[in-house]
Amino acid sequence: MSKGGGEQTRRAFLAAAAALPFSALISGCRRAPSAEDAAEELPEVRMPPPPVRGAGRHAGARLLYYAESVGIGAAIDRALARRFARDTGALVDVVPRPRDATETYASYLRLFQARSADVDVLSLDVVWPGIFAPHLLDLGAALGGLAATHLEAAIENDTVHGRLVAMPYFTDFGMLYYRSDLLPKYGYGAPPATWDELEEMARTIQGGERAQSRSFTGFVWQGKAYEGLTCNALEWIHSYGGGAILKDREPTVENPRAAQALARFHRFVGTISPIGVTGYEEEDARNVFQGGNAAFMRNWPYAFAAGNAKGSRIEGRFDVAPLPHEPGYESSATLGGWTLGVSKYSRFPDAAIALVGYLCSPEVQRFRALVGGYIPTIPAVQSDPDVARVLPFLERVRGATLVARPSNQAGARYNEVSIAFYQGVSKALYGTNPEKALEQIARRIRRSLR
Amino acid sequence: MSMTTGEAEKQEEVAGIRARRRARVAWVFLSPALIVTAFVALYPLCDTLYLSLTNTRLGSEEPARFVGLSNYVELAHDGFFLDALLLTVLFAVITVMLELGLGLGIALLLDTRFKGRGAVRAAMLVPWAIPTAVSTQMWKWMYNDVYGVFNDVLVNRLGLVSEPIAFVADPRTSLLAAVLVDVWKTTPFVALLLLAGLQLIPRELYEAARVDGATPLQAFTRITLPLLRPALLVALVFRTLDALRVFDVFYVMFGSRPDMQTLATYAHEILVSISDVGYGSAVSTAIFLVIAVFIVIYVALFQRREA
Repeated sequence: MSKGGGEQTRRAFLAAAAALPFSALISGCRRAPSAEDAAEELPEVRMPPPPVRGAGRHAGARLLYYAESVGIGAAIDRALARRFARDTGALVDVVPRPRDATETYASYLRLFQARSADVDVLSLDVVWPGIFAPHLLDLGAALGGLAATHLEAAIENDTVHGRLVAMPYFTDFGMLYYRSDLLPKYGYGAPPATWDELEEMARTIQGGERAQSRSFTGFVWQGKAYEGLTCNALEWIHSYGGGAILKDREPTVENPRAAQALARFHRFVGTISPIGVTGYEEEDARNVFQGGNAAFMRNWPYAFAAGNAKGSRIEGRFDVAPLPHEPGYESSATLGGWTLGVSKYSRFPDAAIALVGYLCSPEVQRFRALVGGYIPTIPAVQSDPDVARVLPFLERVRGATLVARPSNQAGARYNEVSIAFYQGVSKALYGTNPEKALEQIARRIRRSLR
Repeated sequence: MSMTTGEAEKQEEVAGIRARRRARVAWVFLSPALIVTAFVALYPLCDTLYLSLTNTRLGSEEPARFVGLSNYVELAHDGFFLDALLLTVLFAVITVMLELGLGLGIALLLDTRFKGRGAVRAAMLVPWAIPTAVSTQMWKWMYNDVYGVFNDVLVNRLGLVSEPIAFVADPRTSLLAAVLVDVWKTTPFVALLLLAGLQLIPRELYEAARVDGATPLQAFTRITLPLLRPALLVALVFRTLDALRVFDVFYVMFGSRPDMQTLATYAHEILVSISDVGYGSAVSTAIFLVIAVFIVIYVALFQRREA
């Protein structure tokens, strides 16, 4: 029997091995993503890119630019690179960065670890300048004048130990979406200014609407334990006067105001917010709101265009306002978006800096807003009449204070700080005592920054 | 019979030379495979092991130092790691049991002849062919407490529960939510493996059993199960390995929620997000050791029964 068993084992193994390629074949039917990307038709850019001014000639320089990977953003980046090449004589290779931000982050880590001269200009998430600062050139001398015209919060975010290591490319911020048809229906003339008002309105509207739609909910936001929760909770705590996580590399979260903010949002879960909100990302919240199932939503500006798209259930029935705050404190919006930096290992630093200067110029910011809906980081461009027509929400949220995540203080340890923060906030949302959760956050952050 | 000792010695010597030559040829033929294995499996493993003894950090200004076993000492006191270990083992035990049970049932069904069997077998592989990250996102939407199909059926259609259930967010149902996705995805794989094993069992054995008056249940326990054991072992090892390394389902569904980390998502967090390569390598090595323990137990169990 033992011999037969052995033979049996081998045959079973062979049969199993034969079954494997079969399954591989089926999954192989999906086209490889890289081939798909290469073949992908990029949307058409409807406007000619603006000319390059005052960048000089850079014939002979060859730049590699890690740019946006998909859609209109990728098409715009390519059109701008071509224009820059035509006007300055520099060659620009536009390489789409990995679609996923974490992937991009990992590939930058490797590039910089190897001190690679293969890349010159990089698109950086707004929280990365602090992390990658040691590997980025100081743009202050060449682009300081241009930087002064950009949003102060954005420039502060990109300034690490006095060095301007990146330039803001476009910005993003949290805002409050509300149903402009439902508020008047329940007798409210204006969107809520304070959290108390929001809570009261949400409760009333939810109570009334549930008569027709059982799944209607008051307020949706991003409560899953991920970077998005850091953005959300920073807004709550800051709008309570509870600080911005770090000050001078010291955690500031252990304060009663921050604890009150967390206690309020813990109370929201299962009352005016769905019980599942602690698992929500941006798209989960948007699906609920856009499906007509919520009165309020905290989200980024992209949801504005999506909500007004053809076929949306709430087309023309919603509007935006600054996020609520506690009386006496500021409405706060976490700063998002992307920036551009120049690698310290670049062989053509002058041409690379000139490219960044062009891409962050007011003309290009205006162009990108009109063609792709990207939010300019230059206030003067934001109030340009054409831009205001394309991005009507800009004017309505002007009252909010932009708050940067503490990435330029935490530097290479930013991710650790953020993970400690959102995991602690997540615990508080699940019922851990807020003071205790904040104390844990502070302890973990101190350990990371020691 | 009348062989002298000299002749016998000579013959033995010749046999010995032949055996050695054959061994040499065998090594020559094996060497490409061995070299490749050493390069793609042994080298990364040793490198990870080495890194786990250092304080290497990507992007760090200071050079890496050898720190001995201090990463492992820290690991033993790391509450997040121990929670992740517990959750991963729990997940593996539950999913592997369910998948083997369901897979065996489905394989037995498919082993009988019926119309459209080929189509059913092909359709069965659909869940297996969808990338896990995609199917998890799909499930996550179905689980949603506001617009998800499960709650629509439970609350609005059947009225079984009065309040929607937040399958993903509620700590009481989170693990179940992840288990269901994994079972849905991988049961077809197990079923196919076992089906291949079933088809290797000679039909005559069943005929003989019937002639001897065995009941179908007896035929199953005395013929099917023992002869299916090799296929079961393969399925068990494959699934346990995969379940212990589970990443996508938890990463997409729970992000970094502290109570829903698996060993692999924790290793990813340390290695990629925090770029602490030294400590992350210690976590990876620990995963390897946990898997090795399971494999040793399985092999020992099955060998003892076989003997």
